[in-house]
Amino acid sequence: MNITLNVNGHTHQLGVDPRLMLLDALREVLGLTGTKKGCDQGQCGACTVLIDGQRVLSCFTLAALAEGEITTIEGLSGEDEPLHPMQAAFVEQDAYQCGYCTPGQIMSAIACVREGHANSDGEIREYMSGNLCRCAAYPKIVAAVKQAAPQIAEHR
Amino acid sequence: MREFVLERAASSVEAIGLGGVPTSADAHVRSSTQYLAGGTTLFDLMKLQVMTPDRLIDISGLRDEHGRIVDLEDGLWLGALVRMSQAENDISVRQDYPMIRDALWQAASPQLRNMATLGGNVLQRTRCNYFRDTSYHACNKREPGTGCSAMEGCNRRLAVLGTSDACIANYPGDLAVALVALGAEVQLLSVDGRDRMLPFEDLHRLPGDTPHIETNLTPGDLITGFKVPGGAWTRRSRYVKVRDRASYDFALTSAAVALDLDGDTVRAVRIGLGGLATKPWRAHEAEAALLGRRLDEATAREAAEAALLGAVGHGEVAFKIELGRRTLVRALLETQAMELPA
Repeated sequence: MNITLNVNGHTHQLGVDPRLMLLDALREVLGLTGTKKGCDQGQCGACTVLIDGQRVLSCFTLAALAEGEITTIEGLSGEDEPLHPMQAAFVEQDAYQCGYCTPGQIMSAIACVREGHANSDGEIREYMSGNLCRCAAYPKIVAAVKQAAPQIAEHR
Repeated sequence: MREFVLERAASSVEAIGLGGVPTSADAHVRSSTQYLAGGTTLFDLMKLQVMTPDRLIDISGLRDEHGRIVDLEDGLWLGALVRMSQAENDISVRQDYPMIRDALWQAASPQLRNMATLGGNVLQRTRCNYFRDTSYHACNKREPGTGCSAMEGCNRRLAVLGTSDACIANYPGDLAVALVALGAEVQLLSVDGRDRMLPFEDLHRLPGDTPHIETNLTPGDLITGFKVPGGAWTRRSRYVKVRDRASYDFALTSAAVALDLDGDTVRAVRIGLGGLATKPWRAHEAEAALLGRRLDEATAREAAEAALLGAVGHGEVAFKIELGRRTLVRALLETQAMELPA
């Protein structure tokens, strides 16, 4: 079937199998491999992207039904632009070890702040619990979210 | 995932036209045509080859029609296409139905709650490993008549209430426990175009000899919303969830409690139990044990004994019987202690 995907400000016309998930469309069709495939079963959060600002799992979203503006980790800042405040905070706080879950963590963290769920360590932990980190960088992830939160409101 | 045809419905009338195809399926979950809302259960089970429909009807276009939360004079209306996160943040739900709010924010993860709808959520299927793993032959729920691998297997997360010799799989959700406790009704649109209301308590079935037939829905039936009756008890209500992890986990046990108190005397009480049972469980016996009596630790314990009286533990899962009692005692006392805004 023929579909239109709006990703990071670009419009793509694609012919796809109805089974194609947004995650695979991003990675295999559009070459946007920043979004990671972890469990592919809706459990780990590595594939988190934003659709119209809402964080969703791209492994459970049919590409054919992914309407709205999709933002992936690649869309947060351009080649010559400074890092998004949440990306910068993850770097400064060393909030990763292997880095595989990090794009999903960052997309989820931006939504967590925008939803108003970054008011305490406990609230951040609760509202970031859908993103697993097998290296267990959790304390530094919480620190990064706290660091970036005040800047997110001013950032787009 | 097996191939399927994807169709989209712009209205509920169109949806039942597409979804109400004649089928020989004996249960809606076994129909070759399935409605697709948030997809968080359906795609999960399709990727595992546990569900293999060949036609999906996308009903996200029905959001204008059935995606609203409405304050009624005598309760609350929750549209079936309302997202879990939308209900969790709704001001009426937050203030007047804290039990529903607490059942929602403790469910799944923020991403899943942004996707999953209330109608789909109550139809979430069991997390029994033997049901989800098709390399196990024996599962009466997945393949009727094959037996039950869980009965003597790894079953510590399964059910102790409402079980049968054929199945001990537990109902895993949270919201449904709140809805059954509060005596909600579910609105259905049948393939003949008629609306009907069903007590929420009658939506799910006990497994009996036919655990593959999980609800009283017939293929093509579409859930369009839920009516939650109001009452003096809804504001003094809680959902207590006990699990292995502090967050993002299914309930080992849970208790939904709503109380109307005159001092410490119970004028009205509504109790639901989760994690423990094969379907969303209303604890009528526990309610009867408390009505008109003074609520304290001793009477709460009596109610909890009554609630778990018929419980049967198979192997590892037996620990849930005492955990279930303690969960209910805690929920009752915490609900009693709630400070309500004037």
